[in-house]
Amino acid sequence: MEILIFSIVALIAVICSVQVIISRNPVNSALFLIATMVSLAILFILLNAPFLATIQIIVYAGAIMVLFLFVIMLLNLRRDEFGPERRRAQRFFAILFSFLLLIGITTVLTVGTFNSNQVESGWSKTIPAGVEPLAQLLFTKYLFPFELASVLLLVAIVGAVVMAKRRL
Amino acid sequence: MLTFIIITLIKVLVIFVVFLLMIALLTWLERKLLGHFQVRLGPMRVGPHGLLQPIADGIKLLFKEDIIPDNVNKFVYVLAPLLTFIPALIIVAVIPFGKSIELFGQRIDMVISNFNMGILYIFAVASLSVYGIVLAGWSSNNKYSLLGGLRSSAQMISYEVSLGLSLIGVFMIAGSLNLVDIVNAQDKLYNWFIIRQPLGFLLYLVCATAELNRIPFDLPEAEQELVAGYYIEYSSMKFSMFFLGEYGNMINVSALATTLFLGGWHGPFLPPVVWFLIKLTAFLFFFIWIRATLPRFRYDQLMNFGWKVLLPLTILNVLITAVVMIL
Repeated sequence: MEILIFSIVALIAVICSVQVIISRNPVNSALFLIATMVSLAILFILLNAPFLATIQIIVYAGAIMVLFLFVIMLLNLRRDEFGPERRRAQRFFAILFSFLLLIGITTVLTVGTFNSNQVESGWSKTIPAGVEPLAQLLFTKYLFPFELASVLLLVAIVGAVVMAKRRL
Repeated sequence: MLTFIIITLIKVLVIFVVFLLMIALLTWLERKLLGHFQVRLGPMRVGPHGLLQPIADGIKLLFKEDIIPDNVNKFVYVLAPLLTFIPALIIVAVIPFGKSIELFGQRIDMVISNFNMGILYIFAVASLSVYGIVLAGWSSNNKYSLLGGLRSSAQMISYEVSLGLSLIGVFMIAGSLNLVDIVNAQDKLYNWFIIRQPLGFLLYLVCATAELNRIPFDLPEAEQELVAGYYIEYSSMKFSMFFLGEYGNMINVSALATTLFLGGWHGPFLPPVVWFLIKLTAFLFFFIWIRATLPRFRYDQLMNFGWKVLLPLTILNVLITAVVMIL
Protein backbone atom coordinates (compact mmCIF):
# COMPACT_ATOMS: atom_id res chain seq x y z
CA MET A 1 0.00 0.00 0.00
CA GLU A 2 2.70 2.46 1.04
CA ILE A 3 4.84 1.51 -1.91
CA LEU A 4 1.90 1.99 -4.25
CA ILE A 5 1.08 5.46 -2.91
CA PHE A 6 4.74 6.37 -2.92
CA SER A 7 5.23 5.38 -6.55
CA ILE A 8 2.15 7.26 -7.71
CA VAL A 9 3.02 10.41 -5.79
CA ALA A 10 6.69 10.25 -6.69
CA LEU A 11 5.79 9.89 -10.35
CA ILE A 12 3.50 12.91 -10.14
CA ALA A 13 6.20 14.88 -8.35
CA VAL A 14 8.82 14.08 -10.99
CA ILE A 15 6.52 14.79 -13.92
CA CYS A 16 5.37 18.05 -12.41
CA SER A 17 8.87 19.24 -11.61
CA VAL A 18 9.97 18.51 -15.16
CA GLN A 19 6.94 20.44 -16.37
CA VAL A 20 7.98 23.39 -14.21
CA ILE A 21 11.12 23.71 -16.32
CA ILE A 22 9.73 23.00 -19.76
CA SER A 23 6.47 24.93 -19.58
CA ARG A 24 6.49 27.97 -21.80
CA ASN A 25 3.84 29.79 -19.84
CA PRO A 26 5.16 31.10 -16.48
CA VAL A 27 1.77 30.66 -14.82
CA ASN A 28 1.69 27.01 -15.84
CA SER A 29 5.20 26.62 -14.43
CA ALA A 30 4.06 28.06 -11.14
CA LEU A 31 1.06 25.75 -11.08
CA PHE A 32 3.23 22.71 -11.67
CA LEU A 33 5.55 23.88 -8.91
CA ILE A 34 2.56 23.97 -6.56
CA ALA A 35 1.61 20.45 -7.63
CA THR A 36 5.19 19.33 -6.95
CA MET A 37 5.06 20.83 -3.47
CA VAL A 38 1.76 19.19 -2.66
CA SER A 39 3.07 15.80 -3.76
CA LEU A 40 6.18 16.37 -1.64
CA ALA A 41 3.85 17.01 1.29
CA ILE A 42 2.24 13.63 0.68
CA LEU A 43 5.69 12.06 0.70
CA PHE A 44 6.32 13.69 4.08
CA ILE A 45 3.14 12.08 5.39
CA LEU A 46 4.39 8.72 4.15
CA LEU A 47 7.60 9.38 6.10
CA ASN A 48 5.54 9.77 9.28
CA ALA A 49 6.03 13.53 9.43
CA PRO A 50 2.52 15.01 9.13
CA PHE A 51 3.54 18.28 10.76
CA LEU A 52 6.20 18.88 8.15
CA ALA A 53 3.66 18.00 5.47
CA THR A 54 1.09 20.53 6.63
CA ILE A 55 3.73 23.19 7.09
CA GLN A 56 5.02 22.45 3.60
CA ILE A 57 1.56 23.11 2.19
CA ILE A 58 0.77 26.12 4.38
CA VAL A 59 4.07 27.90 3.85
CA TYR A 60 5.24 26.90 0.39
CA ALA A 61 2.10 26.04 -1.52
CA GLY A 62 -0.22 28.34 0.38
CA ALA A 63 1.81 31.48 0.97
CA ILE A 64 5.01 31.70 -1.07
CA MET A 65 3.57 30.39 -4.32
CA VAL A 66 0.57 32.71 -4.03
CA LEU A 67 3.01 35.61 -3.98
CA PHE A 68 4.87 34.12 -6.95
CA LEU A 69 1.64 33.86 -8.89
CA PHE A 70 0.71 37.34 -7.80
CA VAL A 71 3.91 38.75 -9.28
CA ILE A 72 3.67 36.70 -12.46
CA MET A 73 0.09 37.78 -12.98
CA LEU A 74 0.88 41.43 -12.37
CA LEU A 75 3.74 41.37 -14.85
CA ASN A 76 1.58 39.31 -17.21
CA LEU A 77 4.44 38.20 -19.43
CA ARG A 78 3.54 37.23 -22.96
CA ARG A 79 4.58 33.91 -24.37
CA ASP A 80 6.68 35.45 -27.15
CA GLU A 81 8.88 37.25 -24.62
CA PHE A 82 10.27 33.86 -23.77
CA GLY A 83 12.15 33.17 -26.95
CA PRO A 84 15.12 30.79 -27.19
CA GLU A 85 17.81 31.59 -24.66
CA ARG A 86 19.69 34.70 -25.70
CA ARG A 87 22.69 34.63 -23.46
CA ARG A 88 25.34 32.06 -24.22
CA ALA A 89 27.26 32.76 -21.02
CA GLN A 90 24.20 32.06 -18.92
CA ARG A 91 23.79 28.65 -20.50
CA PHE A 92 27.42 27.81 -19.85
CA PHE A 93 27.19 28.77 -16.18
CA ALA A 94 23.90 26.94 -15.81
CA ILE A 95 25.43 23.69 -17.02
CA LEU A 96 28.53 24.23 -14.87
CA PHE A 97 26.61 24.88 -11.68
CA SER A 98 24.08 22.12 -12.17
CA PHE A 99 27.02 19.75 -12.64
CA LEU A 100 28.58 21.01 -9.41
CA LEU A 101 25.25 20.61 -7.66
CA LEU A 102 24.98 17.05 -8.90
CA ILE A 103 28.46 16.29 -7.52
CA GLY A 104 27.50 17.89 -4.22
CA ILE A 105 24.29 15.92 -3.85
CA THR A 106 25.98 12.63 -4.74
CA THR A 107 28.74 13.28 -2.22
CA VAL A 108 26.30 14.04 0.56
CA LEU A 109 24.18 11.01 -0.26
CA THR A 110 27.09 8.57 -0.41
CA VAL A 111 29.72 9.65 2.11
CA GLY A 112 27.86 12.13 4.34
CA THR A 113 26.11 11.37 7.60
CA PHE A 114 22.82 11.35 5.77
CA ASN A 115 22.21 7.95 4.29
CA SER A 116 19.11 5.88 3.92
CA ASN A 117 19.98 3.36 6.66
CA GLN A 118 20.16 6.03 9.29
CA VAL A 119 16.84 7.53 8.30
CA GLU A 120 15.22 4.13 8.41
CA SER A 121 16.45 3.20 11.86
CA GLY A 122 16.93 6.51 13.59
CA TRP A 123 14.99 9.67 13.27
CA SER A 124 11.48 8.91 12.16
CA LYS A 125 11.06 5.85 14.37
CA THR A 126 12.41 7.15 17.67
CA ILE A 127 10.66 10.49 17.58
CA PRO A 128 6.89 10.10 17.51
CA ALA A 129 5.11 12.18 14.91
CA GLY A 130 3.54 15.29 16.28
CA VAL A 131 3.95 18.89 17.24
CA GLU A 132 5.13 18.41 20.83
CA PRO A 133 8.39 16.52 20.16
CA LEU A 134 9.30 19.02 17.47
CA ALA A 135 8.56 21.91 19.80
CA GLN A 136 10.63 20.22 22.52
CA LEU A 137 13.62 20.02 20.22
CA LEU A 138 13.15 23.53 18.86
CA PHE A 139 13.02 25.14 22.28
CA THR A 140 15.79 23.15 23.91
CA LYS A 141 18.42 21.61 21.71
CA TYR A 142 18.00 23.82 18.67
CA LEU A 143 17.01 27.02 20.46
CA PHE A 144 19.92 29.06 19.13
CA PRO A 145 19.46 28.23 15.43
CA PHE A 146 15.72 28.73 15.91
CA GLU A 147 16.16 32.21 17.33
CA LEU A 148 18.75 32.96 14.69
CA ALA A 149 16.25 32.07 11.99
CA SER A 150 13.70 34.42 13.52
CA VAL A 151 16.25 37.24 13.49
CA LEU A 152 16.95 36.42 9.85
CA LEU A 153 13.25 36.72 9.03
CA LEU A 154 13.06 40.01 10.91
CA VAL A 155 15.97 41.34 8.88
CA ALA A 156 14.21 40.26 5.71
CA ILE A 157 11.03 42.08 6.78
CA VAL A 158 12.95 45.24 7.61
CA GLY A 159 14.74 44.98 4.28
CA ALA A 160 11.45 44.62 2.43
CA VAL A 161 10.00 47.66 4.19
CA VAL A 162 13.09 49.73 3.38
CA MET A 163 12.94 48.66 -0.28
CA ALA A 164 9.27 49.55 -0.51
CA LYS A 165 9.61 52.84 1.35
CA ARG A 166 12.28 54.11 -1.01
CA ARG A 167 9.76 54.31 -3.79
CA LEU A 168 7.01 55.89 -1.73
CA MET B 1 -8.40 -3.09 7.96
CA LEU B 2 -11.27 -3.96 5.64
CA THR B 3 -13.97 -2.93 8.13
CA PHE B 4 -12.08 0.30 8.69
CA ILE B 5 -12.09 1.04 4.97
CA ILE B 6 -15.77 0.18 4.64
CA ILE B 7 -16.77 2.31 7.63
CA THR B 8 -14.72 5.22 6.33
CA LEU B 9 -16.25 4.92 2.88
CA ILE B 10 -19.76 4.94 4.32
CA LYS B 11 -18.92 7.96 6.47
CA VAL B 12 -17.45 9.80 3.49
CA LEU B 13 -20.51 9.04 1.39
CA VAL B 14 -23.00 10.13 4.05
CA ILE B 15 -21.13 13.28 4.95
CA PHE B 16 -20.63 14.18 1.31
CA VAL B 17 -24.34 13.90 0.56
CA VAL B 18 -25.35 15.76 3.72
CA PHE B 19 -22.81 18.48 3.00
CA LEU B 20 -24.10 19.03 -0.52
CA LEU B 21 -27.69 19.07 0.75
CA MET B 22 -26.70 21.64 3.35
CA ILE B 23 -25.13 23.82 0.67
CA ALA B 24 -28.38 23.64 -1.31
CA LEU B 25 -30.44 24.48 1.75
CA LEU B 26 -28.06 27.29 2.66
CA THR B 27 -28.63 29.04 -0.69
CA TRP B 28 -32.35 28.85 0.01
CA LEU B 29 -31.89 30.04 3.60
CA GLU B 30 -29.78 32.98 2.52
CA ARG B 31 -32.28 34.19 -0.06
CA LYS B 32 -35.18 33.64 2.30
CA LEU B 33 -33.58 35.41 5.23
CA LEU B 34 -32.30 38.28 3.11
CA GLY B 35 -35.84 38.63 1.78
CA HIS B 36 -37.29 38.88 5.25
CA PHE B 37 -34.55 41.23 6.42
CA GLN B 38 -35.51 43.52 3.56
CA VAL B 39 -39.26 43.11 4.22
CA ARG B 40 -39.77 40.87 1.20
CA LEU B 41 -40.85 37.26 1.17
CA GLY B 42 -37.90 35.80 -0.72
CA PRO B 43 -38.50 32.80 -2.99
CA MET B 44 -42.10 31.60 -2.65
CA ARG B 45 -43.10 29.91 -5.92
CA VAL B 46 -41.24 26.60 -6.08
CA GLY B 47 -42.46 24.27 -3.37
CA PRO B 48 -43.72 25.34 0.08
CA HIS B 49 -42.08 28.68 0.92
CA GLY B 50 -39.73 28.18 -2.02
CA LEU B 51 -38.07 25.19 -0.41
CA LEU B 52 -37.47 23.49 -3.75
CA GLN B 53 -35.82 26.61 -5.19
CA PRO B 54 -32.26 25.19 -4.89
CA ILE B 55 -33.28 22.20 -7.02
CA ALA B 56 -34.82 24.48 -9.63
CA ASP B 57 -31.66 26.61 -9.60
CA GLY B 58 -29.48 23.55 -9.90
CA ILE B 59 -31.41 22.24 -12.92
CA LYS B 60 -31.30 25.65 -14.54
CA LEU B 61 -27.52 25.94 -14.06
CA LEU B 62 -26.92 22.41 -15.34
CA PHE B 63 -28.76 23.04 -18.57
CA LYS B 64 -27.29 26.43 -19.32
CA GLU B 65 -24.78 26.68 -22.11
CA ASP B 66 -21.24 26.23 -20.84
CA ILE B 67 -19.30 29.00 -22.53
CA ILE B 68 -15.50 29.04 -22.71
CA PRO B 69 -14.47 32.43 -24.09
CA ASP B 70 -11.89 32.58 -26.89
CA ASN B 71 -9.15 34.50 -25.16
CA VAL B 72 -8.88 32.51 -21.97
CA ASN B 73 -6.13 30.18 -20.90
CA LYS B 74 -8.28 27.06 -21.23
CA PHE B 75 -6.41 24.73 -18.88
CA VAL B 76 -6.34 27.19 -16.00
CA TYR B 77 -9.83 28.43 -16.79
CA VAL B 78 -11.29 24.95 -16.33
CA LEU B 79 -9.07 24.19 -13.34
CA ALA B 80 -10.00 27.26 -11.30
CA PRO B 81 -13.61 26.36 -10.34
CA LEU B 82 -12.44 22.91 -9.25
CA LEU B 83 -9.74 24.46 -7.08
CA THR B 84 -12.38 26.53 -5.29
CA PHE B 85 -14.81 23.69 -4.79
CA ILE B 86 -12.57 20.77 -3.82
CA PRO B 87 -10.83 22.39 -0.80
CA ALA B 88 -14.23 23.34 0.57
CA LEU B 89 -15.26 19.72 0.23
CA ILE B 90 -12.25 18.05 1.83
CA ILE B 91 -12.02 20.32 4.87
CA VAL B 92 -15.07 18.53 6.28
CA ALA B 93 -12.96 15.41 6.80
CA VAL B 94 -11.56 16.48 10.19
CA ILE B 95 -14.57 18.20 11.73
CA PRO B 96 -16.14 16.08 14.49
CA PHE B 97 -19.93 16.32 14.57
CA GLY B 98 -20.93 13.88 17.29
CA LYS B 99 -19.90 11.58 20.10
CA SER B 100 -18.36 8.22 19.20
CA ILE B 101 -20.93 5.43 19.14
CA GLU B 102 -20.76 1.66 19.45
CA LEU B 103 -22.24 -0.25 16.56
CA PHE B 104 -21.92 -4.04 16.11
CA GLY B 105 -18.99 -4.03 18.51
CA GLN B 106 -17.18 -1.39 16.47
CA ARG B 107 -16.32 2.01 17.86
CA ILE B 108 -17.31 4.58 15.29
CA ASP B 109 -16.03 8.14 15.59
CA MET B 110 -18.34 10.80 14.26
CA VAL B 111 -15.57 12.28 12.17
CA ILE B 112 -14.03 10.98 8.98
CA SER B 113 -10.46 11.30 10.16
CA ASN B 114 -9.44 11.74 13.80
CA PHE B 115 -6.24 13.40 12.65
CA ASN B 116 -3.76 14.55 15.24
CA MET B 117 -3.24 17.91 13.62
CA GLY B 118 -6.74 18.45 12.32
CA ILE B 119 -6.61 22.18 12.57
CA LEU B 120 -3.33 22.45 10.70
CA TYR B 121 -4.82 20.29 7.98
CA ILE B 122 -7.68 22.76 7.73
CA PHE B 123 -5.25 25.67 7.46
CA ALA B 124 -3.27 23.84 4.80
CA VAL B 125 -6.30 23.09 2.67
CA ALA B 126 -7.80 26.53 3.22
CA SER B 127 -4.57 28.17 2.15
CA LEU B 128 -4.88 26.35 -1.17
CA SER B 129 -8.39 27.61 -1.79
CA VAL B 130 -7.10 31.07 -2.67
CA TYR B 131 -5.73 29.64 -5.92
CA GLY B 132 -9.18 29.04 -7.35
CA ILE B 133 -10.02 32.70 -7.12
CA VAL B 134 -6.65 34.04 -8.23
CA LEU B 135 -6.43 31.71 -11.21
CA ALA B 136 -10.03 32.33 -12.21
CA GLY B 137 -9.29 36.03 -12.19
CA TRP B 138 -6.14 35.68 -14.24
CA SER B 139 -7.21 33.06 -16.75
CA SER B 140 -10.43 34.86 -17.71
CA ASN B 141 -8.29 37.49 -19.44
CA ASN B 142 -10.58 40.26 -18.33
CA LYS B 143 -9.47 43.31 -16.41
CA TYR B 144 -12.34 43.17 -13.96
CA SER B 145 -11.70 39.55 -13.11
CA LEU B 146 -7.96 40.18 -12.83
CA LEU B 147 -8.61 43.03 -10.39
CA GLY B 148 -10.98 40.84 -8.44
CA GLY B 149 -8.47 38.01 -8.32
CA LEU B 150 -5.63 40.28 -7.19
CA ARG B 151 -7.74 41.92 -4.52
CA SER B 152 -8.88 38.58 -3.29
CA SER B 153 -5.40 37.10 -3.05
CA ALA B 154 -4.11 40.15 -1.17
CA GLN B 155 -7.08 40.04 1.18
CA MET B 156 -6.92 36.32 1.83
CA ILE B 157 -3.18 36.31 2.50
CA SER B 158 -3.51 39.23 4.91
CA TYR B 159 -6.40 37.79 6.86
CA GLU B 160 -5.11 34.22 6.90
CA VAL B 161 -2.33 35.34 9.23
CA SER B 162 -4.76 36.80 11.74
CA LEU B 163 -7.12 33.85 11.34
CA GLY B 164 -4.40 31.43 12.32
CA LEU B 165 -3.16 33.57 15.21
CA SER B 166 -6.66 34.13 16.58
CA LEU B 167 -6.96 30.40 17.24
CA ILE B 168 -3.63 30.01 19.06
CA GLY B 169 -5.23 30.83 22.41
CA VAL B 170 -7.63 27.92 22.01
CA PHE B 171 -4.78 25.51 21.30
CA MET B 172 -2.82 26.81 24.26
CA ILE B 173 -5.65 26.11 26.67
CA ALA B 174 -6.74 22.84 25.08
CA GLY B 175 -3.14 21.70 24.71
CA SER B 176 -3.89 19.93 21.46
CA LEU B 177 -4.36 20.47 17.76
CA ASN B 178 -6.79 17.60 17.50
CA LEU B 179 -10.33 18.85 16.99
CA VAL B 180 -11.83 15.94 18.92
CA ASP B 181 -9.62 16.75 21.92
CA ILE B 182 -10.58 20.40 21.69
CA VAL B 183 -14.27 19.51 21.74
CA ASN B 184 -13.68 17.20 24.71
CA ALA B 185 -11.99 20.07 26.56
CA GLN B 186 -15.30 21.98 26.42
CA ASP B 187 -17.62 19.55 28.14
CA LYS B 188 -19.16 22.13 30.50
CA LEU B 189 -20.76 25.42 29.55
CA TYR B 190 -18.21 27.44 31.52
CA ASN B 191 -15.48 25.56 29.70
CA TRP B 192 -16.57 26.68 26.27
CA PHE B 193 -13.84 28.62 24.56
CA ILE B 194 -16.23 31.42 23.71
CA ILE B 195 -16.17 32.19 27.44
CA ARG B 196 -12.48 31.51 27.99
CA GLN B 197 -11.39 33.17 24.73
CA PRO B 198 -13.90 35.97 24.02
CA LEU B 199 -11.41 38.15 22.15
CA GLY B 200 -10.14 35.19 20.15
CA PHE B 201 -13.71 34.34 19.21
CA LEU B 202 -14.47 37.85 17.95
CA LEU B 203 -11.23 38.00 16.00
CA TYR B 204 -11.92 34.60 14.49
CA LEU B 205 -15.37 35.70 13.35
CA VAL B 206 -14.01 38.83 11.70
CA CYS B 207 -11.16 37.01 9.96
CA ALA B 208 -13.45 34.20 8.88
CA THR B 209 -15.84 36.65 7.28
CA ALA B 210 -12.92 38.13 5.43
CA GLU B 211 -11.70 34.70 4.31
CA LEU B 212 -15.17 33.92 3.02
CA ASN B 213 -15.16 37.09 0.91
CA ARG B 214 -18.52 38.01 2.33
CA ILE B 215 -19.89 41.45 3.14
CA PRO B 216 -18.38 43.60 4.65
CA PHE B 217 -15.23 42.08 3.14
CA ASP B 218 -16.53 41.19 -0.31
CA LEU B 219 -14.11 43.46 -2.17
CA PRO B 220 -13.07 40.73 -4.64
CA GLU B 221 -16.55 40.60 -6.11
CA ALA B 222 -17.72 44.14 -5.43
CA GLU B 223 -20.55 44.36 -7.94
CA GLN B 224 -20.56 48.12 -8.26
CA GLU B 225 -16.85 48.39 -9.04
CA LEU B 226 -15.86 45.08 -10.59
CA VAL B 227 -19.15 43.88 -12.11
CA ALA B 228 -18.74 40.49 -10.44
CA GLY B 229 -15.02 40.15 -9.88
CA TYR B 230 -13.20 36.96 -10.62
CA TYR B 231 -16.07 34.86 -11.95
CA ILE B 232 -17.39 37.38 -14.44
CA GLU B 233 -16.57 35.20 -17.48
CA TYR B 234 -17.90 31.95 -16.05
CA SER B 235 -21.23 30.38 -16.91
CA SER B 236 -23.28 27.28 -16.23
CA MET B 237 -21.83 24.64 -13.89
CA LYS B 238 -18.43 26.31 -13.64
CA PHE B 239 -20.14 29.40 -12.32
CA SER B 240 -22.12 27.39 -9.83
CA MET B 241 -18.94 25.60 -8.70
CA PHE B 242 -17.71 28.92 -7.33
CA PHE B 243 -20.93 29.33 -5.45
CA LEU B 244 -20.90 25.77 -4.17
CA GLY B 245 -17.36 26.37 -2.95
CA GLU B 246 -18.29 29.64 -1.32
CA TYR B 247 -21.28 28.25 0.51
CA GLY B 248 -19.35 25.12 1.37
CA ASN B 249 -16.66 27.29 2.94
CA MET B 250 -19.32 29.17 4.84
CA ILE B 251 -20.48 25.88 6.35
CA ASN B 252 -16.88 24.89 7.09
CA VAL B 253 -16.09 28.14 8.85
CA SER B 254 -19.27 27.87 10.91
CA ALA B 255 -18.57 24.25 11.75
CA LEU B 256 -15.06 25.18 12.82
CA ALA B 257 -16.37 28.01 14.99
CA THR B 258 -18.83 25.60 16.57
CA THR B 259 -16.10 23.06 17.22
CA LEU B 260 -13.54 25.47 18.56
CA PHE B 261 -15.62 27.96 20.51
CA LEU B 262 -19.13 26.66 21.15
CA GLY B 263 -18.30 23.24 22.53
CA GLY B 264 -18.96 21.26 19.36
CA TRP B 265 -21.56 18.59 19.91
CA HIS B 266 -21.86 19.10 23.69
CA GLY B 267 -25.29 20.01 25.02
CA PRO B 268 -28.05 18.66 27.24
CA PHE B 269 -31.08 16.47 26.34
CA LEU B 270 -30.83 16.45 22.54
CA PRO B 271 -28.52 14.03 20.69
CA PRO B 272 -25.01 15.41 19.98
CA VAL B 273 -25.45 15.62 16.20
CA VAL B 274 -28.56 17.76 16.66
CA TRP B 275 -26.73 20.13 18.98
CA PHE B 276 -23.94 20.42 16.44
CA LEU B 277 -26.39 21.27 13.68
CA ILE B 278 -28.21 23.82 15.86
CA LYS B 279 -24.98 25.67 16.66
CA LEU B 280 -23.89 25.44 13.04
CA THR B 281 -27.16 26.94 11.85
CA ALA B 282 -26.85 29.74 14.39
CA PHE B 283 -23.51 30.71 12.86
CA LEU B 284 -24.87 30.50 9.32
CA PHE B 285 -27.74 32.75 10.39
CA PHE B 286 -25.22 35.14 11.88
CA PHE B 287 -23.24 35.40 8.64
CA ILE B 288 -26.40 36.07 6.63
CA TRP B 289 -27.50 38.60 9.21
CA ILE B 290 -24.19 40.45 8.85
CA ARG B 291 -24.61 40.49 5.09
CA ALA B 292 -28.03 42.11 5.46
CA THR B 293 -26.73 44.67 7.95
CA LEU B 294 -23.30 46.03 7.06
CA PRO B 295 -21.98 48.03 4.09
CA ARG B 296 -18.71 47.19 2.38
CA PHE B 297 -15.23 48.33 3.45
CA ARG B 298 -13.11 50.48 1.20
CA TYR B 299 -10.01 48.69 -0.05
CA ASP B 300 -7.43 50.73 1.91
CA GLN B 301 -9.60 50.47 5.03
CA LEU B 302 -9.62 46.71 4.58
CA MET B 303 -5.84 46.45 4.43
CA ASN B 304 -5.27 48.90 7.28
CA PHE B 305 -7.79 47.09 9.43
CA GLY B 306 -6.25 43.71 8.70
CA TRP B 307 -2.64 44.59 9.38
CA LYS B 308 -2.86 47.45 11.89
CA VAL B 309 -5.80 46.40 14.03
CA LEU B 310 -6.50 42.69 13.69
CA LEU B 311 -2.94 41.40 13.68
CA PRO B 312 -1.80 43.28 16.83
CA LEU B 313 -5.02 42.29 18.57
CA THR B 314 -4.51 38.61 17.80
CA ILE B 315 -0.94 38.76 19.10
CA LEU B 316 -2.20 40.56 22.20
CA ASN B 317 -4.74 37.78 22.66
CA VAL B 318 -1.98 35.17 22.55
CA LEU B 319 0.03 37.19 25.05
CA ILE B 320 -2.88 37.62 27.49
CA THR B 321 -3.73 33.93 27.26
CA ALA B 322 -0.15 32.96 28.00
CA VAL B 323 0.07 35.31 30.99
CA VAL B 324 -3.24 34.11 32.42
CA MET B 325 -2.23 30.50 31.95
CA ILE B 326 1.03 30.98 33.83
CA LEU B 327 -0.71 32.85 36.65
